[in-house]
Amino acid sequence: MPQITYIDSDGNKHQVELPLGATIMEGAVQNDIKGIIAECGGSCMCATCHCYIGEEYLDKLPEMEEEEDEMLEGAVAPRTERSRLGCQVRISNALDGLVVEIPQEQ
Amino acid sequence: MKKNVIIIGAGHAGIQAAASLREEGFEGSICIFSEDADFPYQKPPLSKGYLDGSQQKNSIMFRSEAWYENNQVELKLGELVDKVDVSQNTVYATSGVYTFDFLVFATGAYNRALPIPVTGEDQPLYLRTMNDSDYLKVALDQENVQDILVIGGGFIGLEIAAYAAKSGKKVTVVEYQPRLMQRVLPPMLSEHFAAKHKAYGVDLRMGVGVQALNQDSRWNASLSTGETVAADQVVVGIGVLPSQNLAEQAGIKCSNGIEVNEYCETSAAGIYAIGDCALHPNPFAGGGMVRLESVQNAVDQAKAIASTICGKPMSYHQVPWFWTHQYNLKLQMAGLSEGYDQLIVRGDVEGDKFSVFYFKNNQLIAVDSINKPADHLQARKWIQASYTPDVQKLADDSIKLNEC
Repeated sequence: MPQITYIDSDGNKHQVELPLGATIMEGAVQNDIKGIIAECGGSCMCATCHCYIGEEYLDKLPEMEEEEDEMLEGAVAPRTERSRLGCQVRISNALDGLVVEIPQEQ
Repeated sequence: MKKNVIIIGAGHAGIQAAASLREEGFEGSICIFSEDADFPYQKPPLSKGYLDGSQQKNSIMFRSEAWYENNQVELKLGELVDKVDVSQNTVYATSGVYTFDFLVFATGAYNRALPIPVTGEDQPLYLRTMNDSDYLKVALDQENVQDILVIGGGFIGLEIAAYAAKSGKKVTVVEYQPRLMQRVLPPMLSEHFAAKHKAYGVDLRMGVGVQALNQDSRWNASLSTGETVAADQVVVGIGVLPSQNLAEQAGIKCSNGIEVNEYCETSAAGIYAIGDCALHPNPFAGGGMVRLESVQNAVDQAKAIASTICGKPMSYHQVPWFWTHQYNLKLQMAGLSEGYDQLIVRGDVEGDKFSVFYFKNNQLIAVDSINKPADHLQARKWIQASYTPDVQKLADDSIKLNEC
């Protein structure tokens, strides 16, 4: 299973293994990573699973849909080119070793 | 001495209450009773992603088992609470008697049953629990089940109708009111959804009641128009009623829900009610008493009572928001539009990408967005801050929303 490192909203590191097909949001919630709220449960409705993706993995991510793009505009923490919604990124083998940073605010 | 909390109900409200109590540093014991034997899960996907198979069981769980362990949140699943004794601060459950310092009713709601005669071997299908959703999926997916009758044109009924229609079934929806989702949507949006359902072949019968259901080799529904609709399966989604029996029997004040003040505290001190079961004063309903059936309401009320229990009183004053997903239409609602006297439509209606802004006395009170998530998020911020955009600018699509 691919290994993912979350840096939570307090700056603590958590290394976890996630099953293929799980989303970054699900992985965070199931592993009790602080800072991912995911109010809507993964429906791309609330922008409370905003995270920053490690730079070297950006081109390995599934492409962003218009809907996610719009939601990110409304996210509370500043949007950067590393911003994604955790519920829209599924874990693949290509993401093994990925580091995901959780902003302080959602 | 450490205080303890008992929570009745393991939906969004109950689980969030436990999580927020721990985040606030609550050190006493937390115990959650749930009638449902399944590990605590989210209900909104049951009529959406979980029903259509795009979300699996493990992805709709609130938290992992380890989380409950690590946070010392005790779960009593599949266990009924029989009685609450307010004077003794005790809860009588199947496994024994438990005392509490604080009690939280997060009991949710139950399905309104069809108030008509039903004859035959089976019962029509209802959706409330994960079990119901599993059963519903199996029932609807059967090849020899082609004609589906959905009774009720609200969110749940229409989400199920959309799933069945997309799977190639012949669906009829019977709604007692003259239009779909009448309670929450203006005519324009009801019609927009009706057109989409019709495009998928759904037969909509509006302003029509069902007077009797009879199952022979198939179901037959007798309508108020004198017609009969035959179906292989019947699904009922005609609204919910607050689960307030326990509170009522304990002498806590209830009417259309368990009555609470702005801190979600019931008529009994130290006893709270949150989520679908709570009839609460809501600043976004002009301070009137309302009961909201939504994730937002459950989660935000849970956060408020957790803070209050931890000695930092927090009143509940969060802007309500809701959503439904039918076909390609994702409708997000912010605020409560009831009583609006003006509306402005912005965006591409034909292209299913627009928002409706509602005003009352020149104040923005609500925004419904279809496939316009950025509008929705902006609306929530505006309504929360009591900001009213410039109506002229709003009506002009060439002006950016955040410049209105």
